[in-house]
Amino acid sequence: MLCQECGKRPATLHYTKIINGEKTEFHLCEVCAQEKGEQMPGAEGGFSIHHLLSGLLNFDSHPQAGGQEQTGVKQETLRCPTCGLTYSQFSKIGRFGCSDCYQAFRERLGPLFRRVHGHTAHRGKVPQRTGGQLKIQREIERLKSELNQRVANEEFEEAARLRDRIRALREKLES
Amino acid sequence: MSLQRFIQHALSEWMKGKGPQSDIVISSRVRIARNLSGLPFPMLATSSQSAEVVRRVEKALHQAKKHPVLGDAELIRMDDLNELQKRVLVEKHLISPQLAEESRHGAVILSKNEAVSIMINEEDHLRIQCLFPGFQPDDAWRLADQLDDWFEEHLSYAFNEECGFLTSCPTNVGTGIRASVMVHLPALAMTQQLNRLFPAITQVGLAVRGIYGEGSEALGNLYQVSNQVTLGQREDEIIDKLQGVVMQMIEHEQNARRRLRETSPIQLEDRIHRSYGILSHARFISTKEAMERLSDVRLGVDMGLLNNVSASVMNELMVMTQPGFLQQFAGQRLDPEERDIRRAVLIRERLSTEGNPEESGKTR
Ligand SMILES: [Zn+2]
Ligand SMILES: [Zn+2]
Repeated sequence: MLCQECGKRPATLHYTKIINGEKTEFHLCEVCAQEKGEQMPGAEGGFSIHHLLSGLLNFDSHPQAGGQEQTGVKQETLRCPTCGLTYSQFSKIGRFGCSDCYQAFRERLGPLFRRVHGHTAHRGKVPQRTGGQLKIQREIERLKSELNQRVANEEFEEAARLRDRIRALREKLES
Repeated sequence: MSLQRFIQHALSEWMKGKGPQSDIVISSRVRIARNLSGLPFPMLATSSQSAEVVRRVEKALHQAKKHPVLGDAELIRMDDLNELQKRVLVEKHLISPQLAEESRHGAVILSKNEAVSIMINEEDHLRIQCLFPGFQPDDAWRLADQLDDWFEEHLSYAFNEECGFLTSCPTNVGTGIRASVMVHLPALAMTQQLNRLFPAITQVGLAVRGIYGEGSEALGNLYQVSNQVTLGQREDEIIDKLQGVVMQMIEHEQNARRRLRETSPIQLEDRIHRSYGILSHARFISTKEAMERLSDVRLGVDMGLLNNVSASVMNELMVMTQPGFLQQFAGQRLDPEERDIRRAVLIRERLSTEGNPEESGKTR
């Protein structure tokens, strides 16, 4: 398959990006990907493209040329108090400076996460040692879906056992 | 001394070629990105803050003496390596070029069998990687998960409930997981079916990239398939999806191989034996040609059309014929022409010891 950008070299990067809520496919050669500053997930190993997210990040801050000045001012005021990174710097380099940037840029991140991941909230693992409460909540959610499954399969004994465990965990949460 | 082991010992665990579906899947990798709380990410960290990251991780590692994997692992600082040594670690897929070239106070923890490599101060404070031979992303995830739990007991991670694990790049946030599988797809390439396959893979949210090749080409028909989404899905869902898609790719490649064998058996055998002939006799060979020929021969081995070479030799040669390794092997810097000569010598010698039992001489 040839690169969709130059039409000359073979495409070696294949991925999708969500733009305007639409899935868009990209098939690029390394050279064009590098020129476009494309963010390529999974680039570790092999050789890494030094990628910039700017196009993706700036997307809704510059809807049209006319709106630029206004949004520019607004961006400047958004600054992480811990590391000093501003939102506009973040959107140029595509990297957060520290973990507090997530709180500082919070209002802007929802749309960005939705474009990159299609979701905005974490559903995976939580820290074992420090994530106590949250871990219990996740465990309850997991047991609840297992419970529904058991009920659907008419495995009532197992379901009753699960119900007791959920109750015990709920009590633990409230205490 | 232990450093020498990683540099000179050519075979990492993943190269031994003895995993499930290893006729098509070379290796499976899971990487987890984590950061320590209270310190800026490596990009903005001062030199002393980066040194502090290494200090904390090293302190944690000291408590791992009895750990089955971390117990005999080694922490190696990038500043203690020369350019060539770093390049070898990159070519063995144990560290990234970014860690080798751009990090400050960069370091890596390597397990004895090289299945685990934990990069420190790359783009994130920690990158826990497990690299297994063949098709076993679920096992790689299980081990990475355990190691992550172990480190979390000894270090405080940057985490918040809504966004999950906080990473330097927004494309890693949440689970911080990147699972990838390296596949060898020569028959799909020969029959020009990759054009249809890759768009279908990107449609379901996975990414595909060619692995070897400087700049523009995917050499040796080797591709890496990986997840793109890290936020809003559970780790096991991410792994399952990757596994399901790769399973289908394996099936397509198997079908393509079967059809090649049925429709053009002579052409196929000719191509494989021709490539074997060139590899075992050439006096001068470029990376590009070597990778193409190795791909053919590997296909022959995997299809049972060539019996005097083993798959692990193919994995080994793929890595050992890369420029950094060749120079390490030669013990000196080489210009491109010298490299092409050395590469041909290395391949010839490796194939001849494989091919003739008399020469390997161990049994009698
Ligand atoms: Zn191009
Ligand atoms: Zn910050």
